[in-house]
Amino acid sequence: MASVTGDDILLSATGLTKTFGDFRAVDGIDFAVRKGEAFGFLGPNGAGKSSTMRMVGCVSPVSGGELRLFGLDPATDGPAIRARLGVVPQRDTLDEELTVEENLWIYGRYFGLSRREVRSRAAELLDFAQLTDRAGDRVEPLSGGMKRRLTIARSLINSPEILLLDEPTTGLDPQARHVLWDRLFRLKRSGVTLVLTTHYMDEAEQLCDRLVVMDHGKIVAEGSPRQLIEEYSTREVLELRFDAEDHKDFAEQVTGIGKRVEVLPDRLLVYTDDGDEAAAVVHSRGIAPLSSLVRRATLEDVFLHLTGRTLVD
Amino acid sequence: MSATAATPSAASRLARLVPMPAGAGLARMLVERNVTSFRHGWIALVTGFAEPVFYLFSIGVGIGALVQTVRTDSGAEVGYLQFVAPALLAASAMNGAVMDSTFNVFFKLRYAKLYDSVLATPMGPRDIAVGEISWSLIRGGMYSALFLLVAAFAGAVQSWWALLALPAAVFIGFAFAAVGMFATTFMRSWVDFDYITLAIQPMFLFSATFFPLSTYPAALQWVVQLTPLYHGVALERGLMLGEVDAGIFWHVLYLVVLGALGVLGTARRLEKLLLS
Ligand SMILES: Nc1ncnc2c1ncn2[C@@H]1O[C@H](COP(=O)(O)OP(=O)(O)OP(=O)(O)O)[C@@H](O)[C@H]1O
Ligand SMILES: [Mg+2]
Repeated sequence: MASVTGDDILLSATGLTKTFGDFRAVDGIDFAVRKGEAFGFLGPNGAGKSSTMRMVGCVSPVSGGELRLFGLDPATDGPAIRARLGVVPQRDTLDEELTVEENLWIYGRYFGLSRREVRSRAAELLDFAQLTDRAGDRVEPLSGGMKRRLTIARSLINSPEILLLDEPTTGLDPQARHVLWDRLFRLKRSGVTLVLTTHYMDEAEQLCDRLVVMDHGKIVAEGSPRQLIEEYSTREVLELRFDAEDHKDFAEQVTGIGKRVEVLPDRLLVYTDDGDEAAAVVHSRGIAPLSSLVRRATLEDVFLHLTGRTLVD
Repeated sequence: MSATAATPSAASRLARLVPMPAGAGLARMLVERNVTSFRHGWIALVTGFAEPVFYLFSIGVGIGALVQTVRTDSGAEVGYLQFVAPALLAASAMNGAVMDSTFNVFFKLRYAKLYDSVLATPMGPRDIAVGEISWSLIRGGMYSALFLLVAAFAGAVQSWWALLALPAAVFIGFAFAAVGMFATTFMRSWVDFDYITLAIQPMFLFSATFFPLSTYPAALQWVVQLTPLYHGVALERGLMLGEVDAGIFWHVLYLVVLGALGVLGTARRLEKLLLS
């Protein structure tokens, strides 16, 4: 695994482990995040992403291995570290008894910031989150996307050096996701280090400079989205759907076409550097799929190759 | 000086003996949060205040008209209204504290997930325990002050010692809020709240609240004297009737020790529940 070294490392873990009883939710992972980087954990449900994020956020004690943030140990310097972090948890934990702007003020006060400071900061953040005209409203009636933006605004109240985002856009509609991605891009450009988890490969591709693929508490691959696709997949994928209950039967018919074939319950994936050419070969063999589609390879294909399973089920 | 500097202070030795979870000294921020939230729901203040006042008039004035006078445990003859008002003050301090530290805290802990977001900041479990209990005292203090005022107008106050009845009510609130919040950390669902009612109701009725301790069977008297509300009632009664003696000190000590244990236990339970 490519190791990352240097003085500009804000976050590093070696052999990081989290156990719940006998169960190893995070099983000895190594990673390091540089200042200004957008770093992702990509993995399916139960991979151990949130468990990792909670340890990094200093709200869950490390069961084994070493974890350092800003060179400090969460076991002894938790409050000092948390003062420099922004946290967007998987589920929104907004304060529904308060208004939108009070949420920002009060959260800022938890960091010990002065009233004047939180008020001016909150005004900027409401603008950033496009919620200025809802400032005095209750939180409860806001849409899912608005709540998420408010949670992100709230996490920025202390001007954090690292922002931790646990599945920032899960459960949002495509429109709301794009608005959120745009906001996160802006943050990244302004120099905030982003650490995020996701089980959407498009999100990982959009946002992450570098990512690790997690499965069953372990890291199975690491690199930039592009590197991972180059290393673990071909450039293009030919998707074939047949009129059949089981697509296994058709796998034999396409053997030899492309570099590799994956069989999914509802389709065959032919990995090849030239999808159109592969489609022509399929046609010339007299195989007649219901549909055939050529697309660019994605991180989904990387994951499938590494684990034999799809990311979102 | 140099000799004492090298050895750990008594406080830090005690701290190691009784491990108290971390805090960042920011408990007041949680109080501020509660004040802000309370401004939207001030109606709660009205209900919290109204209940003991209703009791004062129905029982104190109503039953007082039938009973006339009572002989207190110190032997003095007093009007029933004067006798029961301090007990109602103590009971309302208890009820206010228990309501706040059980129902409200349970909601914040399990449903609103308030403390999860608080713990993502520099604040720690100790700040949450101290913050919530302090808030409970502030709120309870407001109810008690209003109650005292009404009681004074109704003629239920006889001594200048009654000025101390307000701080005394805060001690009662402290003990019950701390123990109540500790109990809440063990609750799994709203059904478990029946246990709270089960503990509170008999205490409310039988802590020498409505009749003097001497009227209980001898065998039961010592049981009554073990309950925290008995000490709260005895404390308030002593102050409001002006029967002040050394016993007052023991009542306060009982309440303070109970409260301190409650704060410690609460902080440790929160740490176990939320920082896993
Ligand atoms: N407090 C806990 N006690 C026991 N087991 C836990 C606890 N928290 C998480 N787990 C288990 O650890 C595993 C990893 O959970 P985690 O929440 O870290 O996964 P995740 O990658 O975030 O998944 P998701 O995409 O569903 O959010 C799961 O099997 C989960 O059931
Ligand atoms: Mg998760």
